[in-house]
Amino acid sequence: MMDRRSPLQRLFELHLPLLVIVLFALGPYVWMMMTSIKTNTDIGAWPVRYWPQAFTSEHYHALLERTSFGGNLVNSFIIATGACMLGLSVSLPAAYAFSRYRFRGRRLLMTQFLVINMFPIVLIIIPLFVLMRNIGLLDTFIGIILGHSTFAVPFSIWMLTSYMNAIPKDLDEAARIDGATTLEVLRLIILPVIMPGLVTTGIYIFVTSWNEYLFAMMLSGQNVRTVTVALQLFIGEFSVQWGLLTAAGTLIALPVTLLFLLVQKRLVSGLTSGAVKS
Amino acid sequence: MTTASDTEPAPPLVLTPYLFLLPAMLVTLAVVLWPVAETVWMSLHNFILFKPRNVPFIGLGNFWRLLHDEVFWLSLGHSLVWISLVVGLQFLLGLATALLLNQSFWWRSLARSLVIIPWALPSVIIGLTWTWMYDYNVGVLNDVFLRFGLIDKPVAWLAQPNSAFFSIVVALIWQGFPFFAVTILAGLQTISAELYEAADIDGATRFQRLRFITLPAIADVIATALLLRTIWVANSLDVILVMTGGGPGYSTYTLPLYAFLKAYSGMEFGYGSALAIMLTLLLLLVVFIYVRRAARELDQ
Repeated sequence: MMDRRSPLQRLFELHLPLLVIVLFALGPYVWMMMTSIKTNTDIGAWPVRYWPQAFTSEHYHALLERTSFGGNLVNSFIIATGACMLGLSVSLPAAYAFSRYRFRGRRLLMTQFLVINMFPIVLIIIPLFVLMRNIGLLDTFIGIILGHSTFAVPFSIWMLTSYMNAIPKDLDEAARIDGATTLEVLRLIILPVIMPGLVTTGIYIFVTSWNEYLFAMMLSGQNVRTVTVALQLFIGEFSVQWGLLTAAGTLIALPVTLLFLLVQKRLVSGLTSGAVKS
Repeated sequence: MTTASDTEPAPPLVLTPYLFLLPAMLVTLAVVLWPVAETVWMSLHNFILFKPRNVPFIGLGNFWRLLHDEVFWLSLGHSLVWISLVVGLQFLLGLATALLLNQSFWWRSLARSLVIIPWALPSVIIGLTWTWMYDYNVGVLNDVFLRFGLIDKPVAWLAQPNSAFFSIVVALIWQGFPFFAVTILAGLQTISAELYEAADIDGATRFQRLRFITLPAIADVIATALLLRTIWVANSLDVILVMTGGGPGYSTYTLPLYAFLKAYSGMEFGYGSALAIMLTLLLLLVVFIYVRRAARELDQ
């Protein structure tokens, strides 16, 4: 498309408005990170001191030495990895069935996985708490991982089915003619081709599980507290120590932002493949 | 709907696909379908967590109580305003961002990556950074607004009933507009350049190009994104929970938050379940429309 606008016009109609939007998107995030490396004097200054007099890592030291945050990071990592593993391992065969077979109940089952992804969390979380309490899974890794599979499984099934549908069926058939069994087709033909999609889906589950708050709060106690629950407790406990709180926030946000940026292009194409088919 | 499989003879009943589906079905049954059935059961009982031996069946009593519960109607009203404001403004800002990003300029791919960042952040962080920015004593927003003369003295944004609600709305818009931006952008990129060239030859203005080419071409994407987002926003309660916990007073109560607080703080699992079911019923129509659209994909 030809753009006949003058550079000045482009400045006012494109660069400046977009710059404002980017600053809006980035501002709160950058402000949190900036606060975490300011001294308490600079943080408490009024009017606000935008560029601090000195930078410090004291809040990070305090956070990791005086609180249980280091352990919380490990818990969150274990849970997010577990949710990712569980989600992918049960969803990959399910997606293969949906993509490659036509069977009775297919439409109903697929719709079911779509609908349960839309259920309000409050509909599931209350009885899930009672259930976990009754079978003794409260405050365990397994309990929270299972809680997170409520969104991880349906989401992965839809994403993986959509990626798998993009793989030509001729590939399977050629392998079958050569005598491959169903499992061999899945392992030797589908898996290598779908690997980027699998990684994208896995990272998205990891990020969602890492970020999740409600299930983690309901289903955890002292033992397996995640970073989001810990941070929320810190907000109550260290209410005015913004340096410490924003340091915790930065440590939580940084890894997931990087992961997200890594996969965002492929993620969007997977998420929108249904909506944007021409 | 006519599909390929309708015209062919019915598929033979093979076991393989069901075996492949079994693990996913078992997990779903245990952590979603069973709990939902439990919720329905609990909603019909006066189930209070610390009285596990005394759970009388009260039929639709919880729902009857709900109709006469002022806080329910208040929360429902908030939810409706909340959904229309948050989804509407997220969409408008997302659309504007997508239209800007769909042009070619040198920092486009950088801008696209940066704009997406709020989407990746957990609700607790959103609550934390915005609470920090809204801070009464040393918050950056009071400072900026004072400098620009928009307010004459610091405002306690989250402590006053009127401003608390809208302050959270702003935080939620921030969190959600990148989703619209990238989804709509993906839609915009499927429009063929020839359409625009033809419009240029016909002497169409830029507004006419937007109105008659761009918007019709992405109407489908927009509808899907709006439906999906409406469901998410209607269900979401964590940012409110983190920022105000519903307060001050009941000024930031929404329906899912009320259901959650009833169960979590009030231990009234029966009544909380009834509220959750009410929310689900109210959302059912939106979910139904969305699922019908998404299901068109099933038969490919």
